Amino acid sequence: MSSAVSQARTPAAAPDGTGSPARRRRGVRGLSARDRVVVALLLGIPLLLDLAFVWFPAIGTVLLSFTKWNGVGGLHTTTCKPNLPSILNNGCVYGVQNYHQAATIYPEFWPAVRHNLIWLAVFVLFATPLGMLFAVLIDRGIRGSRMYQSMLFLPVMLSLALIGIIWEFVYSQNFGLINTVIGRDGNDNAIDWLGNPRLNLWAVLVEATWRQSGYVMVLYLAGLKAVDPTLREAARVDGANDWQTFWRVIFPVMRPINIVIMVVTVIESLRAFDLVYITNKGVNGLELLSVLVTSNIVGETQRVGFGSALGVVLLLISLVPISLFLHQTFRREES
Amino acid sequence: MSTDTLARRPASPAAAAGTDRGRRPRRWGQITSQVFLICASVLWVLPILFALYVAVRPYSDTRTHGYVSLPHHLTFDNFRQAWTQSDLPRFFWNSVLITVPAVVIVLALASGVAFVLTRVDVKVNVALLIVFTAGNLLPQQVIITPLFRMYLKIPLPSFLSGSGLMYNSLFGLVVINVAFQLGFCVFVLSNYMKSIPGEMYEAALVDGAGLWTRFWRLTLPLCRPALAALATLLTTWIYNDFFWAVTLMSSGDKRPVTSALANLQGEFVSNQNLIAAAAMIVAVPTLVVYVLLQKQFIAGLSLGSGKG
Repeated sequence: MSSAVSQARTPAAAPDGTGSPARRRRGVRGLSARDRVVVALLLGIPLLLDLAFVWFPAIGTVLLSFTKWNGVGGLHTTTCKPNLPSILNNGCVYGVQNYHQAATIYPEFWPAVRHNLIWLAVFVLFATPLGMLFAVLIDRGIRGSRMYQSMLFLPVMLSLALIGIIWEFVYSQNFGLINTVIGRDGNDNAIDWLGNPRLNLWAVLVEATWRQSGYVMVLYLAGLKAVDPTLREAARVDGANDWQTFWRVIFPVMRPINIVIMVVTVIESLRAFDLVYITNKGVNGLELLSVLVTSNIVGETQRVGFGSALGVVLLLISLVPISLFLHQTFRREES
Repeated sequence: MSTDTLARRPASPAAAAGTDRGRRPRRWGQITSQVFLICASVLWVLPILFALYVAVRPYSDTRTHGYVSLPHHLTFDNFRQAWTQSDLPRFFWNSVLITVPAVVIVLALASGVAFVLTRVDVKVNVALLIVFTAGNLLPQQVIITPLFRMYLKIPLPSFLSGSGLMYNSLFGLVVINVAFQLGFCVFVLSNYMKSIPGEMYEAALVDGAGLWTRFWRLTLPLCRPALAALATLLTTWIYNDFFWAVTLMSSGDKRPVTSALANLQGEFVSNQNLIAAAAMIVAVPTLVVYVLLQKQFIAGLSLGSGKG
C-alpha cells in the first residue's frame, strides 16, 4: 500500500527528489545500435498492437458511420442512391443519414439515450456520494472499519454478469426476497421488478449502484490516505469542525482523485452493458446505447454503418471526461 | 458526520496519526456512523448470501416453500449437478487459457513501453503515453463494430483457431484483452518507474550496463510490487470480462466461463437453484483473490488513480 500512497501525491507536496526525469532522459541518438534495437522492440510491438486493435477500430467507427453497409461485399466511395433497394445500395457513402435516422425514425434511440442519462445521473447523485461517504467514515478509523471496508468492497470483485444473476433471486417475482418480505408474492399482486418496463431500469440501477459505490469507496480511500495529516491538524487548531475540515480543506486538495472518480463514473455509465444484457438482453425498458451498438452488429441484421454511428455518439460523450483527465494528468509534463 | 465543535487544544501525536481523533469521545457521531455502516454492510453482503442460500437447497424445497423459508435440508447436490450437467469445467479451462496468457503478455509489453517512455527521450514520450492511456478509457462499444469486422476478416493458422479466423478463437480474445488493458498498465507502470531515483541508472551506466540490462536487471525487479498488484487486478478484470466474449465469440464451447453464464441461464431455466449454484461456482476464483489478495487488488486500483 505504501508504494501506492507515495504515488498519489497531493498537489501541495513538492515533487520527489529524483530531479526531473525528462531532463535526465538520454535521447535515442546517444544510444548504441544494440540499444536502439531494444528501444524499437520494446516500444514498437505494443504500439503496433494498440494502434491496430484500439485506435484503428476507433477511427474506423467514425469513417464507417458515414456509410451504408451490411458487411457483405466491399465498400466504395460512390454516394448512395436514394431510390434503389438496399441490396444494390451497399457499401456506399451515406453522409449523415445514419445519424439522421437514429434521431428520427429509430424507435429505440431516444429511450436508450434517456436510460444512459438516468444511469449517469444515478451514479453521480447516489453511487459516487455513497462511496465517498463510506470512504470518509472508514477513513476516520472507527472501530471495525477494516471489516466494513471488506464487506462493502465485496461486490467489486464479482463480474457484472454474475451480479445480474445473483440479484435475480432478490427480485424474483414469486419467490424473491423482496416480494416475500413485503408480502407481494401471490400470483395476482406480485411485483415484476425486472419485467415491468417502468420498474426494471431502477431495479438494475440498484444493482449497479451496489457495485459502483464500493469501487468509488476504494478509490476515494486511496486519495484520503494520501492527504497530508498536518492539513487536518492545522484545520483543527484553527477550530474547524469535522464538516468544515472536510469541505474546506480535504476536498479541495483531493482534486486529482475527484477527477479520476468523475472519469470512472462517466465511463462506467457509458459502458454499462453486462447487467442489462444478462437480465433481458437489453430490451423492454432496459435499452442502452451500448446494447443498440451491439445488436446492430451481432444481431440478425448487420447494419454496420448504423451501429458505427451509435458508437460515435458514445465516443463523443466519452471524449469530454477523457480529455479532462488527460489535461489534468499530463499538463505539467507538456511544459 | 458529527458537527460539534472541538475544543482548542494542542495536537496530540495520536491525532496526527489519523486515528482516535482527540480524547473526548464524540459519542453521537460515532454511534450514527457505526449504525449506518453496519446497515450498509449487511445490505451489501445480503444478496450474495441469499443466492448462496438458494444454491444449497434442493429444488423441490424452494419450489414448495419459496426462497425465503427455513431450510428443511441442505445439500451440495446442486453444485455437483451444475458442474457435471453443463460444460462448466470446459468453460473454466477456456477462462484459464485466455486469462493467464493475457495477463503475462500485457505486463511484459506494458513494462517495456513504460520503461522506454520514462527513461529514453524519444521526443514524443508524453504523446505516446496519452495514446496508450486514452485507448484504455474508450468505452468498448466505440470500437466493437470495426473490430467485429476485422475479426471476421483476419485469418489465423488452424492451430490457433478452429474456424481459421480471429472470430470465435481464444487467441482473438487474448489479443483484444491485451490491447485494451495495455493503456492502463503503461500508465500505472510509467508513474511507478518515474519514482525510481535517477542515481541508480547513472550507477548502472558507469558500470557499462546496456539498455536491456537496465530494463531487465534493474527496473523490473524494482517494479515487483506494482507488477504484483497489476497482475491481481488484471486477472480479475479479464476473468470477469463479459463484453468481448459475448461479441467476438459465437455462443459455442469456446466461451470463457463468465460469458457462458448467459447460456447456462437458458439451459437451467426450469431449475433456478442450479443457476444459483453455477453462479457461485463461477464466483469462486474472484472470491479466492478477494480473500487472499484483497490488498494487492486495492493497491492496483489505487496505483491507477495516482497522479502522473
